[in-house]
Amino acid sequence: MRPLQRTLVGSALFFLLGSAHALDGSKIFTAGGAQPAAMACVACHGADGGGVAAAGFPRLAGLPAAYLRKQLEDFKRGSRDNPVMRPLAIALTDAEVQALSQTIAAMPAAAPVPVYRSEMPANAAQKLALQGAWERQIPACVSCHGPAGSGVGGTFPPLAGQPAGYLAAQLIAWQNGTRHNDVNDLMGPIAKSLTAQEAQDVAQYFASLSLEVKP
Amino acid sequence: MKPFVLVSVVGLLMALPIQAATIAMEDQSQLVPRPAGQQAALFQPPSEKDLPDNAYGKLVRQGYALFVDTKRLAPQFVGNGLNCSNCHLDQGRLANSAPLWAAYPMYPAYRKKNDKVNTYAERLQGCFQFSMNGGTPPAADSPEITALSVYSYWLASKAPLGVEQPGRGYPDVAQPAQGYSIVRGAQVYGDQCAVCHGAQGQGQKVGDHYAMPPLWGKDSYNWGAGMHRINTAAAFIKHNMPLGKGASLSDQQAWDVAAYINSHERPQDPRLIEGSVEKTRVKFHANDGVNLYGQTVEGVLIGQGIR
Repeated sequence: MRPLQRTLVGSALFFLLGSAHALDGSKIFTAGGAQPAAMACVACHGADGGGVAAAGFPRLAGLPAAYLRKQLEDFKRGSRDNPVMRPLAIALTDAEVQALSQTIAAMPAAAPVPVYRSEMPANAAQKLALQGAWERQIPACVSCHGPAGSGVGGTFPPLAGQPAGYLAAQLIAWQNGTRHNDVNDLMGPIAKSLTAQEAQDVAQYFASLSLEVKP
Repeated sequence: MKPFVLVSVVGLLMALPIQAATIAMEDQSQLVPRPAGQQAALFQPPSEKDLPDNAYGKLVRQGYALFVDTKRLAPQFVGNGLNCSNCHLDQGRLANSAPLWAAYPMYPAYRKKNDKVNTYAERLQGCFQFSMNGGTPPAADSPEITALSVYSYWLASKAPLGVEQPGRGYPDVAQPAQGYSIVRGAQVYGDQCAVCHGAQGQGQKVGDHYAMPPLWGKDSYNWGAGMHRINTAAAFIKHNMPLGKGASLSDQQAWDVAAYINSHERPQDPRLIEGSVEKTRVKFHANDGVNLYGQTVEGVLIGQGIR
């Protein structure tokens, strides 16, 4: 219902303005929004939206539109506190956020090579990822983020192939509370139960999973 | 439980020889009314890293694989979209989530459900027939039942035979004084469950397989599964849901949402008598805990089944 309403509102705005200009998601991605502070995504996230692993800038291409939109809204509100993204998100209009999310979601992205549930973990990081640590109420990462960290629906983002630096930074942000934009506080307690070493190791595990381009 | 008590007592004896007897008794009296979920005194199943590299270890691994990846590995016996590990969390290891190490040593046992003494193999067959909606279950000597039995046996290594273990099954959560409300349950479901299980209880898939299990509809457990009882589902939910946040819902919320979930249609009870929901209700559901099978809610007969 809600996405449909949003689509309808988006379409209505599109026709009202009579020009694709302000709502051209790919233009916002490559050149930025109408306000100067809404800088181009391409600068940090790469021309293909693949991110820059060395710098810890995440892949955006192919992430669900609902997830992208929520993150931009949360950067704006501060429930995902990031000094770079916050002013940028504030400078984007709602219509721009809408268009941008759709465009990025449609960008081609690689999917992880399947890792089946039946595979037994070979080390501590894999154990955490595939089975969890239930003595600390930590479910397996893949139980929400999907097999091989593929991502599930519009709420649980992909982990596979994201830069290790990015994933570890997010776990640390959950731990210290600078990121608290999870639905029903599902992620916060899990991240807080991880040791610093575990956060690094499990981030490394998902970053290392091989990807294959979707047919 | 036993090894833990023993270690505590030995520890106390060593540290405080004079007061040992008194303290040990106080310690035991505190253990009796232990609330469910305290980990320290629970049975500890063995670790995978200690599995021997031989034929036995190999069979345990096969059982593990089947247990966590049931639909993909045994599709001929799974008529819905579920895996064993959906209801037995942590690969069948988690206390209060029907752990296998607490089930295995309790069989053979009489079960009211089919009015006979069941072997463990027959108990597993029951899971396939009802919870997995799998039609004719694998034979008692099939590779599937053998592997799952061996996996269970291994998890129960060093557990006492025929002794009820703390954390077995889903420990009862008493029905709240004001009963349950499907309407309130819908609210709990929307707030707490739909994010994973979907607004229509349909679960969520990645590719061909469910990443998050469907709770009703054609790909969920059927009307003969234990989970169709509101009391059983309430207990499972209270102890284990939302995932990673067990015991966060109130008893009332657990009962309400269990009633909401189990008021929806699911595959028919395979024991259906002469096509009659009413006859099936009288024979199999009338004395089976708290359930809605064969009852009329808001003018709709529940238990008509879904394909």
